[in-house]
Amino acid sequence: MTGKTITEKILSEKSGADATAGDYVEATVDAMVTHDVTGPLTIDVFEDVTGDDAALAAPENVVFTLDHHAPADGVQAANNHNIVREFAAEYGANQYEISDGICHQVMIEEGFVEPGDLVIGADSHSTTYGGLGALGTGVGSTDLGTAFATGELWFRVPETIRFEVEGDLPDGVYAKDLILRFIGDVGFDGATYKTAEYGGSAIRDLPIHQRLVLSNMAIEMGGKAGIVEPDERTATYLEEQAGLEVGVDPDLAADDDASYEAVYTYEGADLAPQVSKPSNPENAVDVGETTGTDIDQVFVGTCTNGRYEDIRVVADVLTGERVAPNTRLIVVPASRAVYQRCLETGVLEALVDAGATFQSAGCGPCFGTHQGALGDGDVALATANRNFPGREGSMESRVYLGSPATAAATALYGEITDPREIDTTRYDDHAVSDVGVVR
Amino acid sequence: MSVDGTGRAWVFGDDIDTDQITPSRFLVSSDPDELGEHAFNDLRPEFADGVEPGDFVVAGENFGSGSSREHAPLSLVGAGVAGVVAQSFARIFFRNAINLGLPVLICPGVGEIDDGTEISIDVDEGFVYDHDEEIRYDAEPLPPFLQDLVDQGGLKPYTRRKLESAD
Repeated sequence: MTGKTITEKILSEKSGADATAGDYVEATVDAMVTHDVTGPLTIDVFEDVTGDDAALAAPENVVFTLDHHAPADGVQAANNHNIVREFAAEYGANQYEISDGICHQVMIEEGFVEPGDLVIGADSHSTTYGGLGALGTGVGSTDLGTAFATGELWFRVPETIRFEVEGDLPDGVYAKDLILRFIGDVGFDGATYKTAEYGGSAIRDLPIHQRLVLSNMAIEMGGKAGIVEPDERTATYLEEQAGLEVGVDPDLAADDDASYEAVYTYEGADLAPQVSKPSNPENAVDVGETTGTDIDQVFVGTCTNGRYEDIRVVADVLTGERVAPNTRLIVVPASRAVYQRCLETGVLEALVDAGATFQSAGCGPCFGTHQGALGDGDVALATANRNFPGREGSMESRVYLGSPATAAATALYGEITDPREIDTTRYDDHAVSDVGVVR
Repeated sequence: MSVDGTGRAWVFGDDIDTDQITPSRFLVSSDPDELGEHAFNDLRPEFADGVEPGDFVVAGENFGSGSSREHAPLSLVGAGVAGVVAQSFARIFFRNAINLGLPVLICPGVGEIDDGTEISIDVDEGFVYDHDEEIRYDAEPLPPFLQDLVDQGGLKPYTRRKLESAD
């Protein structure tokens, strides 16, 4: 018998079957999340299938956030918020308020996700939970609304593609650069229906906030999930961040003889900061190919790179400096807790002093309708996950994707700038621990 | 779920993401008709006014990538689209379409069909027919598990039965 990938192990455990890639299983879901955009449709489905004696299968595992239109940017959005609030109150689900944060960050901070869990969300970036060694995947509202009622959902057990990075990452190179490179190499649909499993010494050395970036963007290569093997670091992070005692399960690792559809290997030392050019994440190039491009707006935030450590990198670069004239810097923390930490550590003050617009927690301009939407002809660099046509506003705008360090250097000079041109000791994220304490 | 009759093929390219199908600013609604009025709003502004019930959406690779928003396939249902045929689909869109009862076929080569062509699709037999060029494109069969779910009426009826049997 051949060994199993982490995905096969989790789906075996949750389905009670001996799950192998290609099988179809019905599995018990540990946690479910939706928000102000996909929530109302999910609620419609749930009420449709349950009828008069409706009940959530496990209300303690159901989470609603209000993050996409937060605060409400119009009457319809406000009404949708009220639909979510009333439903959560009636059925006893967990509900978080505007400015509490983006669903995926809230799920992690509030302890809804543990290594080995199966988590679904009516949001494609539900792959994020793989950074904690959980199997997280995005689903639609019908899938989620029925799972609300039964606590279960069917899955095709995906094949796995493994990405191995060995050695140390150079200064200025982060998980964001790795994932943009991976997406560039396999293509925008290169992992469709598959899990991306990330390993190797460079990945093991990554703090959790960076592992979450790798998993978050697995969907940008079509992935069903993106997983990093959980370890001591994961356990420590969950204890400090969410007060969970999870320990380390030695069996929650890929078997040596697990079967992979493909394995991509990289030497950390060979990698450079990456930028994905408009208008697809797969357009990843070394930052040097884009330097000098004039940028109207830099946006730091999202479920990809809106954590404290990300924003802190930007603040460290801009402390005592000014954002370039004719360039706007918009910063949106991923959660209230991130906001609070920025407040307590002087990060917020440094950014506001430098001329940044610092907004309440949520999805911000990544949703494309508010809080910094782009106009015709605008060119932006964002720490976000997507740069599709019109994603951040006008169809006539253009968005480049990069790391927080690249965003910081770009905000300082008003044109795409290689972060290695800045004294890297000023923003050494690698020296920042998972909970933002300098070691 | 068989589709009778012919319809116009509205042909799109590769990697059409769900932001292109239903731009974010229209997601405040969950109403199929209202969403249908804005299907492909920015990518192809003439679509919503021009589409007739029974028309088809035809695309190349990776149709429906990106956001999980079920509003995207729902907007096509609301617009009266009778089926979506693509060379490949993104995972979440494919599940969502099946869950909504919107016929979807994976058909190698259909990206070559000319925009505006009269086509038919047969979901049971699994093919697309281009009436102008008189070419038949065979679809990949659904995996048996998924075909069984479709035959049982889809996920919502399946869930209702499951809940009833649990009572």
